[in-house]
Amino acid sequence: MNRRIFLKSSAMAMVGIGSTPAWLSRALYAADAPSPRKKVLVAIFQRGAVDGLNVVVPHGEQRYYDLRPTIAVARPDGTADSAIDLDGFFGLHPSLKPLKPIYDSGRLAIVHAVGSPDPTRSHFDAQDYMESGTPGRKATADGWLNRALPAALDKTDPVHTSPVRAISFGADLPRALRGRNEAVSINNLNDFQVRDPRGASTFESMYANTADKVLNGTGRETFEAVKLMQSIQKQTYTPANGARYPNGRLGQSMKQIAQLIKSDVGLEVAFTDVGGWDTHVNEVGQKASVGQLANLLNDFGQALAAFYQDLGDRMADVSVVTMSEFGRTARENGNRGTDHGHANVMFALGGDIQGGKIYGKWPGLAQEQLYENRDLNLTTDFRDVLGELVTRHLGNRQVTAVFPGYDSPKFPGLVG
Amino acid sequence: MRKSFAVWMTFFCALAVSARTTKKKPEIDYSQFQKKLSKDEQVLHALDRLSFGPRPGDLGAVKKMGLKKWIDLQLHPERIKENPELAKKLQPLESLRMSQSATASAYPPPQLIRAVAQGRQPLPEDPIARAAVERQVRRFHIKKDGKDDSPMEPAVPLDQLLSREQIKTLRSGAADQKKELLEALPEDKVDDIVIAMPQGLRNQLMASASPVLRRKLLLANSPQQVVFYDLAEAKLYRAIMSNRQLEEALADFWFNHFNVFIDKGSDRFMLPSYERDAIRPHVLGRFRDLLEATASSPAMLFYLDNWQSVAPPAPSRRPAGNRPQRGLNENYARELMELHTLGVDGGYTQKDVTEVARCFTGWTIKNPQQGGGFTFNERVHDKGEKLVLGVRIPAGGGKEDAEKVLDILANHPSTARFVSTKLAQRFVSDNPPPELIARMAKTFQHSHGDIREVMKTMLNSKEFFSEGAYHAKVKTPLEMIASAVRATGAQVDYAFPLAQQIGQLGEPLYRKLEPTGYSSANAEWVSSASLLGRMNFALSLTQNKVQGVTVDAARYGDDPVETARQVLFTDATQQTRDAIARALLDQKEKNPGAPTPALVAGLVIGSPDFQRR
Repeated sequence: MNRRIFLKSSAMAMVGIGSTPAWLSRALYAADAPSPRKKVLVAIFQRGAVDGLNVVVPHGEQRYYDLRPTIAVARPDGTADSAIDLDGFFGLHPSLKPLKPIYDSGRLAIVHAVGSPDPTRSHFDAQDYMESGTPGRKATADGWLNRALPAALDKTDPVHTSPVRAISFGADLPRALRGRNEAVSINNLNDFQVRDPRGASTFESMYANTADKVLNGTGRETFEAVKLMQSIQKQTYTPANGARYPNGRLGQSMKQIAQLIKSDVGLEVAFTDVGGWDTHVNEVGQKASVGQLANLLNDFGQALAAFYQDLGDRMADVSVVTMSEFGRTARENGNRGTDHGHANVMFALGGDIQGGKIYGKWPGLAQEQLYENRDLNLTTDFRDVLGELVTRHLGNRQVTAVFPGYDSPKFPGLVG
Repeated sequence: MRKSFAVWMTFFCALAVSARTTKKKPEIDYSQFQKKLSKDEQVLHALDRLSFGPRPGDLGAVKKMGLKKWIDLQLHPERIKENPELAKKLQPLESLRMSQSATASAYPPPQLIRAVAQGRQPLPEDPIARAAVERQVRRFHIKKDGKDDSPMEPAVPLDQLLSREQIKTLRSGAADQKKELLEALPEDKVDDIVIAMPQGLRNQLMASASPVLRRKLLLANSPQQVVFYDLAEAKLYRAIMSNRQLEEALADFWFNHFNVFIDKGSDRFMLPSYERDAIRPHVLGRFRDLLEATASSPAMLFYLDNWQSVAPPAPSRRPAGNRPQRGLNENYARELMELHTLGVDGGYTQKDVTEVARCFTGWTIKNPQQGGGFTFNERVHDKGEKLVLGVRIPAGGGKEDAEKVLDILANHPSTARFVSTKLAQRFVSDNPPPELIARMAKTFQHSHGDIREVMKTMLNSKEFFSEGAYHAKVKTPLEMIASAVRATGAQVDYAFPLAQQIGQLGEPLYRKLEPTGYSSANAEWVSSASLLGRMNFALSLTQNKVQGVTVDAARYGDDPVETARQVLFTDATQQTRDAIARALLDQKEKNPGAPTPALVAGLVIGSPDFQRR
């Protein structure tokens, strides 16, 4: 029996959410199995322009230390406040220690001097451009991650598509996920329901039947997703392999994404974001391992590492990519911080990532090598990185449709 | 039938235009904006748009006064007698009345108190800060050789101030027991008791405490949050209780238009002054005054970085070595034109952005960390000649260069059009008819930016009172929650939980990071998490599960159709009525005899019908 038709029938709606027995919910998915396990792409947006130069530190270049007399991360010397060497030239910020083993095992790749070619240094514009996937163009209505979804397996029978193919964590649906394909925003998995059982089926009926087209569309998607979530919500989730997620919002979002992936509900793309990276003042504390950036990276590194550990073998199907709207100035400012810059760092981790190395041509930090005499110069377009992941990992070959106007992407070779 | 067709058409239009900025707009049918509403619809519509939703009795009151008269009164808030209950609610929120430098000093962070208590730092010089720190330090004792993060122990522990029974009640007693106990605490011991409580307990007791005690709990737990707390509570109380509803709606509109993000550095304590002095006095005044007030406000200067913008020094005077070079910051100049005045297609170029930024060099803040005010720093002002939108600004000028820019922008036809469009989008529909916008823009120009006049043009138009506008807007989270509280006549004793709910629904107050502020466009607010949040809130509200808010469901009888009419102030749609009828049948089977008014009211508030205004 076709799962979606079954869910949509008014008889089913009458029985209502909450009264659907769990065995039935599982049976509905079993009816679809065995469907090929889908590849998953998880995008994490670091909002506020993370300081890439202090995240993946070019400790092999003296200029880095000249430009940042008080906030540079020390050359690797084994101590807790120095960079963790990666390849003799670059090192990780010490707070990203949990990522080192993943790098060493070849599953974490780093791209440096990557970003958007658009010169804007406005957070708002730059985030908009990166999420719409069309730098410089304000008229784009949808987002790259929504366009990235591969077409449903069977075009004439869209019912095999899961209502939770595309998820974002947070109250609002981000720009990156707006568009033609259904996408659902979730604050918290366990709260993704109508709590009062007396209200659930009634609301579903109201929203499914309302003549209000705007509310009807999202209403239906919402309740389909809610039903799917029910079976997940009934089980307490224990991360596998001893993985421990940090407590903040990012950690909890990553944990829920892991839960969704393992629950085989048909998740294909997920988006979450983390803010606070706009370190104009006091970016670094008395030593590299303390202060704003260190705290953020602590959380960031732990969340990614826990996710990797938790998924274990399932990482074979999953890629995580991180991005930020632009980088920060090469030179520190007068306030132990940095200002808005240009190129930045991206991470990619996953089972089919050719990791253990740093991609991208390093432009150098000499005065004449800087962008507009102040920022790290760009040598890789962010669409090269995302484009490769969308094409080679997710399997959507229409990369020019995903990044309209970007006709000749140069894939760095991240995906094996 | 006519109405539901019109409704369908409008939603179709809204859906068709839900894309953010499209160069090619699909063909839109504006004919619905020519179809007049019935008298009753007009009254409901006016209340929906000019207020945060009708309260029981509002429709009757407006009809009695006469709609035109009511609208005119709302356009002159100074003529409206304010609700005395509102002043009582606002009274404890003292940070809103403080000067900016006072808000900067009055709430010292725990780290500072610890540092002073440990003798690592002296008491602050500023008298307000000094007093605030002293008050706290006195109540703690810290091991002098303690580490940076050793916990501060209260000078008098809790079990010496309260009996074991009392402590037990506070921790786990019933809500009214807690309330009673808190109210009976001896005045001279309250401060010590508050300090002696662990943080978690203070948090728990916020809902049961009186407003005065609540303040003490908040100050003890998170002094850095006090300003935000005051702003959020005041916004909710005003939206719910003020008689000057249009003024409040416009205060929200203009704050979003000239958005400032509270969590950016010093903006944390600059917002009360910003909202009070730069926004609220001008909401129905002259646009040029709003521009002046916001451009020179420390909050905006800090948020969009203009306070750091300086003319780059001549090459010979550049600092030696690697000292960072300061220079021109274009952030404010860009947003001033793109978001505040001309609009993104208003006809300015990148060169104009740079020139405007040059004009604004020197517009800065004295001592931002200490809450200093505006100052013009002549030394860093770019005195060269500038060309802004074709107008030459001669060399040798000072503060007046930027004033001239503000004049140019305020008088520019694109500004008239952009501002009129935004007002029409909030008050009429997401895609207002071009003729309406043109008329409003004309009024804007002829009246030299008199906002009240522009509002009059809009509110007197046939487009405003048309089928095309009726129920065309989806409520924002703030509007949804405020209108739900108003519609049910709920009593609010503690508004902050409502502000938190609004955040959960996607509109955390004062926390919009981007200078665009919160949009009023329907597409922004219709996401799964948001819809579920609204449904859950609706059912919690009417069953008195929302902290600090009480609904008397006894006002609703047993007829669900009538209840729906009371909550919506009009008939519910057939689909909503049918769904509720089935729910009640279901209830009768499962739980015969259980009362249902609260459930029905909750279902109506969570229904698609209630999400529209």
